[in-house]
Amino acid sequence: MNTILIYDGTFDGFLTCVFVSFDQKLKDVNIVREQFFQDTFFAKKETVITQKAKADRVWVGLKKKIKPMELSRLYYAFLSESITVENTLFKAIQYIFKSDVNVASNFANTHILEISKLSKSVGREKHRMEAFVRFKLTKDNIYFANIEPDFNVLPLISKHFKNRYADQKWMIYDLKRNYGIYYNLEKVDIVTLEFDAKYNPTHTSKDIFCEQELEFQQLWKDYFKSTNIVSRKNLKLHKQHVPKRYWKYLSEKQPN
Amino acid sequence: MSFDRIKEKLNILADAAKYDVSCSSSGSNRTNKNKGLGDASSSGICHTYTEDGRCVSLLKILLTNHCIFDCAYCVTRKSNDIKRAAFKVQEVVDLTINFYRRNYIEGLFLSSGIFKNADYTMERLVAVAKKLRLEENFNGYIHLKSIPGASDELMREAGLYADRLSVNIEIPTEKGLKLLAPDKNRADFLKPMKKVKNEIIQYKAEKKIIKSTPKYAPAGQSTQMIVGASGENDMEIMYTSNYFYKNFNLKRVYYSGYVPISYDNRLPQIGSPVPMLRENRLYQTDWLLRFYGFNIEEILNENHKSLDLDIDPKLGWALRNLHEFPIDINKADKRMLARIPGLGMKSVYKILNARRYRNLNWEHLKAIGVALNRAKYFIICASNEYEKRDLTAEKIKGLILQNSKSKYTSTLSNQLNLFG
Ligand code: SF4
Repeated sequence: MNTILIYDGTFDGFLTCVFVSFDQKLKDVNIVREQFFQDTFFAKKETVITQKAKADRVWVGLKKKIKPMELSRLYYAFLSESITVENTLFKAIQYIFKSDVNVASNFANTHILEISKLSKSVGREKHRMEAFVRFKLTKDNIYFANIEPDFNVLPLISKHFKNRYADQKWMIYDLKRNYGIYYNLEKVDIVTLEFDAKYNPTHTSKDIFCEQELEFQQLWKDYFKSTNIVSRKNLKLHKQHVPKRYWKYLSEKQPN
Repeated sequence: MSFDRIKEKLNILADAAKYDVSCSSSGSNRTNKNKGLGDASSSGICHTYTEDGRCVSLLKILLTNHCIFDCAYCVTRKSNDIKRAAFKVQEVVDLTINFYRRNYIEGLFLSSGIFKNADYTMERLVAVAKKLRLEENFNGYIHLKSIPGASDELMREAGLYADRLSVNIEIPTEKGLKLLAPDKNRADFLKPMKKVKNEIIQYKAEKKIIKSTPKYAPAGQSTQMIVGASGENDMEIMYTSNYFYKNFNLKRVYYSGYVPISYDNRLPQIGSPVPMLRENRLYQTDWLLRFYGFNIEEILNENHKSLDLDIDPKLGWALRNLHEFPIDINKADKRMLARIPGLGMKSVYKILNARRYRNLNWEHLKAIGVALNRAKYFIICASNEYEKRDLTAEKIKGLILQNSKSKYTSTLSNQLNLFG
C-alpha cells in the first residue's frame, strides 16, 4: 500500500523521511510537506518527526557516493520548493544508493535530469538575490532588505553576505516565506518578524529608517539615470537582465 | 555632507564618466580582512543594468571634470561649455562606502579630468583609494585611472591600493591622436602603464619568496579605445590592441563605439549612430586572439583591413580559407576545432571529451550545442551525409545568412554573446 510521509518542510525533515523509508523498507512512498497534505483514505499516513541524527546518516551516506557538486545540486533542487521535488529527490537518492558506480550526473535518468534543471533555476535566483538585495539603514543601525525570491534562497546567500558585510548588522527578510536571516556581527540567525499592519515594504518610512536613508536612495537613483547612454538605449536587453518582477524592491526603480 | 550639493556633483561627474565602458569588477583576489567591510574575491556581480543594457557593478565617476586638455572626442574637454564640478576626497569615500553598504555596488571606478597637472590629479585619486583601504578598512573593488604622465612613485602607490589600473589610449593611431588630442602624446600614456606592468611582475616574484608581500593591482591593467572617432580602420585598432596585450600584459582592452558629443568637424556629427555592430565585431576578434588561438594577421591584414559587418570574424576567416576545410570532427586537434564557425570553446571541449567514447555524428553535435546551421558547411563527422557540393565562399555566406537572419539582426548586446 502507498505510504504518505508527512514532514515539516525542512531539509533535515526530508532526509529523515528518506531514512525512515529505507529503514522500514517502504515501497510506494509519497513525501509531503505538512502544508500541502490532503487526507485520503487510500494510503497509510505517517507523520515523521525531524531527527538530525537520522538526516545526517543519509547525508553522510550520499557524501560517500557522490561528488560535492552533485550533493549541493540535491540541496539546491530541494530549495526550489517545487511541489513534487521530494519525490523526485527520493527516487534519485534511491537510484544513487542502488548503483555501484556514481550515477549522480547521469542525465539520461529523468530524476537526475529534473534535479539538475531545478538546481540551475535555484542557482540563478541565488545570484540574482546577491545582486538585487537593496539594504536600507534603520534607526537601530541595521541594514535591512525585503526580498520575495521565486525560490527559498536565503540559506544559500547567507555566507556571501556574511563575508562581505562583516562589520555591519544586516537582515534580509523573505516576505513570501515569512522569515529572514539576521547577522549580529557575530553570526547569522534565522528570525521571524511581526510586521505592523501599516508596514509597507516598498516604502521608506521615516519612523523606521534613518534620516539619510532616502537621500542615499535618491543619489543611487540619480546615478542610475546619469550613467545611462541614451543613444545606446536597448530596453529589451535591460529587461532581460533585470526582469520586471524584481523591480518592486530595487531602489533605482522606485518612482520619484 | 550637504545632500543637494553632492547630488548635483554626482549627476555631473557620473554623466561625464559613463563613456568609459569598462565596468568589470572581476579578477581580484582580495578577501575580507579583519572583519572589515567588503570582499572583492567573488566580485563581478552586476547589481543592475542601465537602460542601454550595460552591467552596473561599480560606482563609476570622475573626481572632477575640470580639465586643462582639449581632446576633441571628450565631453570634459576644456573648450566645451558645460557645468564643471569636483568632489572632495572625503566625499568620494563617503559615497562609495554608503553605496557599498547598501549592496548597490561592488566598488569604485574613479577617473578624472586633469586639473593643474598629472601628478596633482593622480595624487588625489590615490588619496581616495588609500583612505578607503586604510581608514575604512574597505576590501571591495577599486579601479583607478592612471593619469598619463603621472610619476612612477605615485603609480607604485596606486597599485598598492587599487585592484585594477587603466590608461585609456582612446585613439588607436598616432596620427589620430595628433589630430584630436594635440596636447597628448603616446609616451605619456605608456609611462604609467610600463611602471605598473613592471611593478606587477616584481610583486609577483617577491610574493613567491615572501608570503606577506602586499597585493599589487591584483586585477591587472586594462585600456580602452574609441571606435569610429578618427577614421581609423579595424586593422589599425586591432594591431594596436595586440601590441598592448603583448607588451603590457593587459587583462582587457575595451572597445567603445564613439558616441557623438560635439559639432567639431573633425568628428562624426551629433546624431550619427553609435557603431555598435562594429564594436561587437571588434570584441569577437579580440576573443579569437585571446582564446581561440588565432593570429592577428590571419584576421586582419593588408588585403583585408576591415571586419565584415554581416558575418562574424571567424566565419569570415573560414570563408577566405576554404582550403582548410572540411574538418573531421572526430580527428581534428583542438586548434583546428576551435577554428570551425559555429563552435564555441565550450563545444570544443565537449567534443574532445565525448569523442573518446564514440565517434560523433550530427545528432551528437546538435546535443552538444554546436550551431550546425553554420558549422555544417565546414565539417564531416560519423555520417555519410555532409555538404558534397563544391560551394564557393559567396554561396556559403549567402546560405548561412539566409538561415540565420534572426541571429544577425537581433538586438545586439555589448556584453559579449559570441560564437555559440
Ligand atoms: S585629458 Fe582626459 S578628461 Fe581631459 S579632455 Fe582629454 S580625455 Fe577628456
